[in-house]
Amino acid sequence: MKLKLLVLSLCSASALAFAAHAESITIATVNNGDMIRMQKLTDDFTAKNPGIELNWVTLEENVLRERVTTDIATKGGQYDVMTIGTYEVPIWAKQSWLLPLDNLGADYDAADIIPAIAGGLSVDGKLYAAPFYGESSFVMYRKDLMEKAGLTMPDAPTWEFIGEAARKMTDRANGINGVCLRGKAGWGENMAFLTAMSNSFGARWFDETWKPQFDQPEWKNTLDTYVKLMNDAGPAGASSNGFNENLALFQQGKCGMWIDAPVAASFVSNPKDSTVADKVGYALSPDNGLGKRGNWLWAWSLAIPAGTQKSEAAQKFVSWATSKAYLDLVASKEGWANVPPGTRTSLYNNPEYQAAAPFAKMTLDSINAADPTKPTVKPVPYVDVQFVAIPEFQGLGTTVGQLFSAALAGQMSVDDALKQAQDAATATMTEGGYIQ
Amino acid sequence: MARAVTTQHKTIATAVAWVVALLIFFPILYTIITSFKSETEAIAGFNLIPSFTTESYAEVQSQYNYFKPFMNSVILSLGSTILALLIAVPAAWSMAFSPTRRTKDILMWMLSTKMMPAVAVLFPMYLIFRNLGLLDSRIGLTVMLTMINLPIVVWMLYTYFREIPGEILEASRMDGASLWGEIWYVLTPMAVPGIASTMLLNIILAWNEAFWTIRLTATNAAPLTAFISSFSSPQGLFWAKLSAASTLAIAPILIMGWFSQKQLVRGLTFGAVK
Repeated sequence: MKLKLLVLSLCSASALAFAAHAESITIATVNNGDMIRMQKLTDDFTAKNPGIELNWVTLEENVLRERVTTDIATKGGQYDVMTIGTYEVPIWAKQSWLLPLDNLGADYDAADIIPAIAGGLSVDGKLYAAPFYGESSFVMYRKDLMEKAGLTMPDAPTWEFIGEAARKMTDRANGINGVCLRGKAGWGENMAFLTAMSNSFGARWFDETWKPQFDQPEWKNTLDTYVKLMNDAGPAGASSNGFNENLALFQQGKCGMWIDAPVAASFVSNPKDSTVADKVGYALSPDNGLGKRGNWLWAWSLAIPAGTQKSEAAQKFVSWATSKAYLDLVASKEGWANVPPGTRTSLYNNPEYQAAAPFAKMTLDSINAADPTKPTVKPVPYVDVQFVAIPEFQGLGTTVGQLFSAALAGQMSVDDALKQAQDAATATMTEGGYIQ
Repeated sequence: MARAVTTQHKTIATAVAWVVALLIFFPILYTIITSFKSETEAIAGFNLIPSFTTESYAEVQSQYNYFKPFMNSVILSLGSTILALLIAVPAAWSMAFSPTRRTKDILMWMLSTKMMPAVAVLFPMYLIFRNLGLLDSRIGLTVMLTMINLPIVVWMLYTYFREIPGEILEASRMDGASLWGEIWYVLTPMAVPGIASTMLLNIILAWNEAFWTIRLTATNAAPLTAFISSFSSPQGLFWAKLSAASTLAIAPILIMGWFSQKQLVRGLTFGAVK
């Protein structure tokens, strides 16, 4: 009896000791297919790290951005790992809000991260966030409609070709629009597309002295081209369309072309949801012969806030979720087509991935075509392609996005939208002390 | 003499009431309908006839555990309601039966706090919660919800208590009732319809509160509002899943409201007609 009691006590004591040792980390993330898949595969992580428990907080993108900003600015310590984008990383790293990721393990192979993505997530040569999936933008088009229009899509089209093809493919009587582009207002919505497009037209947000440039002919050319193209060949109500609305239109066969993130390729080529799954072709984002393409660069990445008390466990998790082994794990459970794209060079050299994802090469080429350090034709004082990595950009980008969305909806002229954008940008930059 | 109401008037009034009720209920109805559509159907445009698929419910269940946020919603809404009533009943009693020159001002001041946008105090509140170690705790959020709804609770109870003749309370005092005896044994039973409707309304308000419950929680205290918000996706169709999650979140409070509607209406119209 005494022996039983002793064994029981020892068992209880060891259980308590284990419970006391177990560490739980909280991960804030967005709701998208790759992130949800990761949550379902975390048994692999907890099996390898039995002392670490994972708690997930999944939020809508804007709420997540607001909450993690509040938490990190106040050192609230609610999260140990945060999902953030390439916009936040350089700004937050400079504020010392993020821990450098210098303990990801010997077999992590940071050199394998695609250089353009690693560059966007590093400050002074140090990696402050590990990419979970990376993306650029490219053209998805209907091969059957292109053929019907008597055209052949080149691998690297020009804006002139896109305009011609869009107008020829448009058949409004049958509900087909030549091109579907983002029109919904927001710095990460229409302004992601329009800023990237403007780079290929030689435009820039600011000159070397931070003076706003919306009064220059390059911006006028960009916005004129966009509005005319959408009026001639875009869907009705395009000023309300973002990624999801255009995805639905393309899947229903109502778009001849769609320029957006490569993550869409797996949706439009999936016969379960898409009526045009077997008719989709891919091409690089268009250019204007000026040496810059109209594609962006983005990576949802995992970062560790400086306020966390559990940095060691957090680094272990970040290392697991962004490792080559994780890509193999997803491939073994869900197939190569479902592996998070755009982070590691080795993935694009993998023949199995190349076979499962026909858009793989175009995705890598698109990412490599973006240069966050030299995003525009003329020199600029900022980095990054489809946004300007300064804290003021979120508010200013959305204001300008609202003006350009109004121009698309016909509520104001292109000239008025550009004039008001110039005024808003001048006011913001003056207030921020960038210009006098 | 009361004016005669014709059958025609009654029919028109009934029809108008039905139209208004349908208009008010329509967003909820459409959410329920959308929850039984496929994602492609949900984003395709206005359509009242779904394909009656339950795949979104299955997806919602497979992604998240419904029970934990549901229990948090129950605890937060009931906890904050009980706490608010414990504070508001004596406060409303004192304002209704022993008013001073400043009573009206205090009532107006309390109401004015509801006019302030919540986001204006987000950072101070966040810092207070952080410093007190109350972030992501049920206790902190219960106190927060109590404070948010307290002005409405006090106002409603004050209005009900004003309808109760003061002579009855005076009589109980003459019979030797103590202060708490007067509130507990005399006032409270007489104001049961008012207290019940206030309680029900407060539960509904606390259940639906989304600003603070999303921003001050992470995993431990997150209620159903946080559960809903987790289904919005930046890249990928989500309307059907979001609608299924919303339907699951509003179902308990909708059922509670359905069963207690008589009490709710009786309380809300208490004292409206003399």
